[in-house]
Amino acid sequence: MSGGTSFAEMLVAALIVLGGSFALVGSWGLVRLPSLMERLHGPTKASTLGLGAILVASIAWFHLVRGTWTTHELLVSVFLFMTAPISANMIAKVHLHRLRQGEPSEPAGPAGAPAPPPGGADWATHEAPHEGTPGDFEGD
Amino acid sequence: MIAGALAFGFAAFGLALALNLWRLFRGPGVADRILALDTMVINVIGLIVLAGIESGSGTSFEAALLLAMVGFVGTVAYAKFLLRGDIIE
Repeated sequence: MSGGTSFAEMLVAALIVLGGSFALVGSWGLVRLPSLMERLHGPTKASTLGLGAILVASIAWFHLVRGTWTTHELLVSVFLFMTAPISANMIAKVHLHRLRQGEPSEPAGPAGAPAPPPGGADWATHEAPHEGTPGDFEGD
Repeated sequence: MIAGALAFGFAAFGLALALNLWRLFRGPGVADRILALDTMVINVIGLIVLAGIESGSGTSFEAALLLAMVGFVGTVAYAKFLLRGDIIE
């Protein structure tokens, strides 16, 4: 086996180890961090990054074995990197919604529940569309 | 070298799935459980990609892509249901 091949193998192995470590750290953060808003950080950043490393390792490995570039993995990683922030935003919205309803099963973080916006307004999830918001068709 | 790295990767993703299961059962809130399910989908995609590397066949990536899509739609559906009381209004 030539020197170049073994370097490529080392690269793939290092990427797999890196990806596995990041995914593990993300899930450990999901268990260890004290409140939901903090727990959101682990999976959305560390786990997504770990999966990205695994997908890059897969691209490199199939190039090494077959000598062809595959794009399936790129598709998966692009889709994942696009959707991870959206699902995190939705989960944070659910958390805020249930905090506002006073659900006893939904504890606030160490900083307490977030204060309502000033001026008698409500959080955007709950406000009816009014002037200046995207749902206000008359003002558009 | 690849075999050792793959073994480490499988162990890491498996342990991550176990930790997610703990959070899924422990809660305490509904948002925590949705987050745990979303993370489980991400970790399972990692396992599928690792299995694809090990077997050397490219057929598992369709499964990974499908799981990424279904996982995202599932998370959004859970969140929508809790936020609006309905999934498709």
